[in-house]
Amino acid sequence: METPFRRMLSDFLSSPTAVFGLVLLAAILTVAIAAPFISPQNPYDLAQLDVMDGRLPPGAKTDGGTFWLGTDDQGRDMLSAIFYGLRISLTVGVVSTVVALALGLALGLAAAYLGGRTETVIMRIADIQLSFPAILIALILLAVLGQGMLKIIAALVTVQWAYYARTVRSAALVEKRKEYIEAARCLALPPSRIVFRHLLPNCLPPLIVVATVQVAAAIALEATLSFLGLGLPITEPSLGLLIANGYQYLLSGKYWISFFPGVALLLTIVSINLVADQLRDVLNPRLQR
Amino acid sequence: MSVFIVRRSLQAVLVLFVMSMLVFIGVYAIGNPIDILINPLADQQEREHAIAALGLDRPMWTQYLAFLAGALRGDLGNSFVHNTSALRLILERMPATLELAIAAMVIAIVLGIPLGLWAGLKPNTAAGRTIMAGSILGFSLPTFWVGLMLIMVFSVMLGWLPSNGRGPTTLLFGVPVSFLSLEGWRHLILPATNLALFKLALLIRLTRAGTREALLQDYVKFARAKGLTNARVIGVHVLRNILIPIVTVIGLEFGSVIAFAIVTETVFAWPGMGKLLIDSINLLDRPIIVAYLLVIVFMFIVINLLVDILYSALDPRVRLSEAKG
Repeated sequence: METPFRRMLSDFLSSPTAVFGLVLLAAILTVAIAAPFISPQNPYDLAQLDVMDGRLPPGAKTDGGTFWLGTDDQGRDMLSAIFYGLRISLTVGVVSTVVALALGLALGLAAAYLGGRTETVIMRIADIQLSFPAILIALILLAVLGQGMLKIIAALVTVQWAYYARTVRSAALVEKRKEYIEAARCLALPPSRIVFRHLLPNCLPPLIVVATVQVAAAIALEATLSFLGLGLPITEPSLGLLIANGYQYLLSGKYWISFFPGVALLLTIVSINLVADQLRDVLNPRLQR
Repeated sequence: MSVFIVRRSLQAVLVLFVMSMLVFIGVYAIGNPIDILINPLADQQEREHAIAALGLDRPMWTQYLAFLAGALRGDLGNSFVHNTSALRLILERMPATLELAIAAMVIAIVLGIPLGLWAGLKPNTAAGRTIMAGSILGFSLPTFWVGLMLIMVFSVMLGWLPSNGRGPTTLLFGVPVSFLSLEGWRHLILPATNLALFKLALLIRLTRAGTREALLQDYVKFARAKGLTNARVIGVHVLRNILIPIVTVIGLEFGSVIAFAIVTETVFAWPGMGKLLIDSINLLDRPIIVAYLLVIVFMFIVINLLVDILYSALDPRVRLSEAKG
């Protein structure tokens, strides 16, 4: 028996690029989760750092071992810093996406199901917000709110919810007119059951695609904001902050402090985008064979 | 057409009004206006004097009216750091940002449309696939990091191009510009390329998708059946039809280019509005932040309005449905 899930899985695996993306993403997630166990040093434990090891080039050997990706100005091993930075970048990306998804889903469903004034108000706010670039809104919010993990998550949620609200509303409006919803209404099921058991599951596929793309966008946005000095504080260095730290040494040819965190950031975003690209095709009913 | 323009303009004014209210609430109600509008270095007497002068002891709605009246007169407060009109500082920096944004847009259009057309016409060739892979990369690369890498390669390693600043400017109708001198070009090319990359990827994908769709349409088959040359079918029939969405996106994306210029300007120390904004945020020069916000909101509304009008001029169907609705 071919279940829908099996079919989607085999569809997904039919593209070598997508499989590559998935494997890469799995590797990155493993590294991020296992960072404390596989990092050569704890980059935030000042006792393990030696300023004398500062700005060593990649592959430099010292008594403390080999610094495969070099060290930053504090003598911090870049490889370890990147592993820990990945954790922070991914956490911010995933948490903000999940919260924004929940918020956008609730508002989008409410707009589609209730209609009328609720719909007008919610969708107008989303429209106005989406007519401005996310970076601008996030930048201004952080300029007002200040730095910090929770604040940057709040800013990312604020810029993201509208994408979900819009996606789920348009999906729900199509689904709402279908016969199974009519049937559910004829059975006099309570509205909450119709919305959550009937409407919601059928609106999920486009939402999953948008959410995957948005995780990558959130990670890139957080890195950009941190680079501009508006994101995370120096005590929680994400990849963006590591890149910003290397900026001042770039002109003197010490490329590795900025280069390698950037490669890690790039690989993360590319792998997520590759997976999202294939998910879009797999979950699109119009392309189904 | 004129009915449409009037309707759209009224809508734009309404959005501007709503945004001014949001900015006001953000700065005066959520944030502490005394912290935001009065220099933190001021002593107690100066503070009280400033509170009275700014009317912060009056009720909220009179404050909003005063703020609105000031904004309408072009008075958005004075910068703490430069001690001159915040609005004038931003307007002085605006030509640099606009030049950078236009240069980036031109690069994206000149390269993006032909590459997208190529990828759309020959989707299964090595060139077509390479172009598409490149565009995925263009979407995934974080702008600021690409900027750093451009500096690393072209300024530090090769030493071909300067890494920061705008270089000497030439006056064109009283506006300082870089693109009239060779030295100016040398300063402009790296930041403009950096800013163009994302839009280039977007235009390639958009043009490719449009081309692939258009090739399946009956009018293309008919044009071919008439025996028209390939160049004419693609250059006239296909290109014309895919240009409508492309023009819209170019128009809408221009606003986002100006917003993203904040990042590029910071990386390349390009003396535009965006760099001024980041410097002001770091120096807590809040009147400039407020003024920047209002200026950029105004620019966005004008751009959106122009795109809508242009779109309705290009595609009569839009105008008709709007006039009825």
